[in-house]
Amino acid sequence: MAAVRNHLYCTFLALAAACTVAAQTPPPPAPVAPARFVVVLDAAHGGDDAGAHLSDNQLEKSFTLALSVRLRSLLGARGFQVVTTREIDAAVEANRRAEIANHAAAQACLSLHASQSGTGAHLFVSSLSPAASARFAAWKTAQAGWVTRSLALEGVLNSALGHAGFNVTTGRTSLPGVDSMTCPAVAVEIAPEAAAGKKGAQLDDPAYQARIAEALAAALLEWRAEARQP
Amino acid sequence: MIPRHQTILFIVLLAASLVMGIMLWQLREHAHRQLLDGADSAPTHAPLVAPSEEATLLVANDSDGSMLTQVHALPLPQDPGGRARAVLGKLLDLYAAPDASHPVPGGAGGVAQVFLLPVPGNATTKTPRGGEDQDSPQLAVVNLTGTFAANHPSGLETETLTVLSLCGTLHVNLPRVTQVRFLVDGQVRPTLAGHADLTRAYLAAEAVPGEGNHP
Repeated sequence: MAAVRNHLYCTFLALAAACTVAAQTPPPPAPVAPARFVVVLDAAHGGDDAGAHLSDNQLEKSFTLALSVRLRSLLGARGFQVVTTREIDAAVEANRRAEIANHAAAQACLSLHASQSGTGAHLFVSSLSPAASARFAAWKTAQAGWVTRSLALEGVLNSALGHAGFNVTTGRTSLPGVDSMTCPAVAVEIAPEAAAGKKGAQLDDPAYQARIAEALAAALLEWRAEARQP
Repeated sequence: MIPRHQTILFIVLLAASLVMGIMLWQLREHAHRQLLDGADSAPTHAPLVAPSEEATLLVANDSDGSMLTQVHALPLPQDPGGRARAVLGKLLDLYAAPDASHPVPGGAGGVAQVFLLPVPGNATTKTPRGGEDQDSPQLAVVNLTGTFAANHPSGLETETLTVLSLCGTLHVNLPRVTQVRFLVDGQVRPTLAGHADLTRAYLAAEAVPGEGNHP
């Protein structure tokens, strides 16, 4: 009888020890779905607002829409979730563009523009002074809480476009819509590769447009990689 | 046979005609001399020409998005509003030149007026005589012409550079100007040519490279 009791006691101790060891061993990591990475593409102008006249047969609103569509395809293929402010030639108010961007809770917002002035790519961040992010922000200056991140995104875009051989200029501006966005936001203005009369691709060159889109996609890949670093 | 009194009357009338003809000839010569001399119709005071002074302009450059400081000698009136308009006019003349680094058509006529006002909400101090303190900050309201805005090239960079160079040039030459607002033909306009926001007040110091927070 005592032998049986001792055997049961030993079995109980062994089970208790096994349970303790099992409780201290971390469980194998469950497969975690990667957090969604949202990018907002804002093709400027549209509808009655044609924007700049880039050439006799090309308007800024058409160029930005084409670039937005091309970039959306590239980003979609790389696993980004892309939100666009317009898909057709329609007028979208600046406030509506900001609403779309803010609802998307995006990690990057690009406002796409084009111009015949200057060369290469012009990157602009809101001229609002940086401020601490607040739960409630004034609509017209909501970007102030994101300016620091926007400047960081501008740096990544600058690096990628420069690496792709584009002449890049950076600056600060006050742009309706962008100033109300609550995301890292950069206005990207594309200009001809070279000044008028000099050798270089023009805005209506499909190969030039493809190079721009590839460079912007590469920059956003880099931005996503930086954001996912611990 | 002609009566004697008729002969006498004829001779008197002939003599009167000759005398009047001679007088008219002399008056005409006199008027002609006066016209040539211009002595009587000339203004009594020569027009005042403001002395040339050095003005510092922030000139935009489209190729690299920068603004360079240039010093030009130009006649500047003593009135601050006129002074501001003269300085901005010179800047726009540079932009209208054929080889401009920041081509914008229109020239000096693009600025209709510049009004200098106390900054709203800023307590202006008064001197003992009741005049305005010479150090109180000012808001410059730049009234651009509709023609200038309509002909301005459309683009984020080119519009931004125009606005910032106007703001910076005002601040450099009139340090009391701390804020700048823009009107077009006396009306508030959303953007200059589709991009740069004209509904807000710009902080002039931020437009000056190295002085404000922004490049």
